[in-house]
Amino acid sequence: MTKLHVSMLALALGGALSCAAPIASHAADQPVAKPSGAMSKAADKTVEATKPGPSPAPAKTATVAAKVSPETVDGYIKATFGKAPEDWQQRIVPDETMQACNKYRNDVPHEVGDAIMKREITKVVYPADGKFLGNWKEGAKIANNGQGGQFSDKPETVHGGNCYACHQMAKSEVSFGTLGPSLTHYGKDRNYTEAEIKQAYTKIYNSQAVVPCSNMPRFGTNGFLTEQQIKDVMAFLFDPESPVNKE
Amino acid sequence: MRPITALSAVIAVVLCTMPIVAKAQDASEKEIERYREMISDPMSNPGFLAVDRGEQLWAEKRGTKNVSLESCDLGLGAGKLEGAFAQLPRYFKDADRVMDLEQRLLWCMQNLQGLDTKDVVARRFSGPGKPSDMEDLVAFIANKSSGMKIEPQLSHPKEQEMAAVGEELFHRRGGVMDFSCSTCHGAEGKRIRLQALPYLAGPGKDAQVTMASWPTYRVSQSALRTFQHRLWDCYRQQRWPAPEYGSDGITALTLYLNKIAAGGELAVPSIKR
Repeated sequence: MTKLHVSMLALALGGALSCAAPIASHAADQPVAKPSGAMSKAADKTVEATKPGPSPAPAKTATVAAKVSPETVDGYIKATFGKAPEDWQQRIVPDETMQACNKYRNDVPHEVGDAIMKREITKVVYPADGKFLGNWKEGAKIANNGQGGQFSDKPETVHGGNCYACHQMAKSEVSFGTLGPSLTHYGKDRNYTEAEIKQAYTKIYNSQAVVPCSNMPRFGTNGFLTEQQIKDVMAFLFDPESPVNKE
Repeated sequence: MRPITALSAVIAVVLCTMPIVAKAQDASEKEIERYREMISDPMSNPGFLAVDRGEQLWAEKRGTKNVSLESCDLGLGAGKLEGAFAQLPRYFKDADRVMDLEQRLLWCMQNLQGLDTKDVVARRFSGPGKPSDMEDLVAFIANKSSGMKIEPQLSHPKEQEMAAVGEELFHRRGGVMDFSCSTCHGAEGKRIRLQALPYLAGPGKDAQVTMASWPTYRVSQSALRTFQHRLWDCYRQQRWPAPEYGSDGITALTLYLNKIAAGGELAVPSIKR
């Protein structure tokens, strides 16, 4: 009997592990996969080449030899968005971090990435009361809400986190995107540790402080979500009663 | 030991139900695909009503000069429509600019017809009780290239600049969400919510299929929409400011996308959800 039990346990755990492996690799805080190294390298070459000159045959994916200066691109931006209200135009002026991400198309060299994380971590404001977790039920609503920040929105529109656009969260929600990793069982898989909780808060508040040129918005630093909203989303991820961990 | 066995069995069951979720997605994707097939019958595509309206507008005498658009050169000679859309945007010597179809039509309205285009631009996107001349004209003219292959024009230096700038704009991040076009369209096989996202950071079938299907009739909007509207809506979702209608940034992106979509066979107006 004991032997049987042990072997059943091993079988179950083995099965669990083999099923869990892809989840673990997905859930890791990895930068979103890039199309392909070759592709981005070729693209970088195009960007960096400065004169048409006697250059070798263009790379397969590279643009036509014509290269454009940042000033030229800025001129097009002005021609295209220049009639928008001033505060809207300010939103698309890249800060130092976005300048670097734009320049390298998110594939930044290590030292540039380190500089980004160093700079962005200073822009994270942790809760004064030391509490990272709010109300998971509110967090569930925020995760499902894609409103706010669009030029078609009223200024008073309450912003949503729109987490489901990119991430799987509660399993009962089948309409989820795949641009980011699955976050099912997020807190449970991490044993609800304080370190993981702080790390996740940092990631939501300012993704660039954790993964340089992450595709994820800087919800706190860019002022898109309030501290309370971030706490509520955090509870959705970390409350043991949340469907993210229960389902 | 019994509780342990039960617990481990539960763990195994819970973790192994992951593939079931994936199956549910496949099923919903199949349903969406079935819906797409259902609505893509050209005989029932209301976009062709826009084609008919566009044909009348093309021949209608308007403006201070009281002439029709029939002498407008869309790149292949005055009034030549067959295949013109498949080669737009392109460089026009008379204007010394690269233009997409909409920019060119506005130019012809102003310069050939002497038409004040303020009202035309105000009605650039149709709404209930508000028809759009531009949507109708684009539907008509694009339809004259249906069945032809997308043939991006990249021989003139200004065309090359446009395509290169378009590629830069595609990757340019900004706005309160730090989004660029490539945030959603930079990797293959991705989805936003349940919506599949075409990969547009390089040449391939996704780009061909995408660019070969505009203009389109949007069932959800009950309107014929052009690519100007598509990019305007993309920037809205990106949380960028509203791009100016018929502006060079939109044309640059269009030329870049046509470049990676070269050879795609136009089937327009198409119909989408």
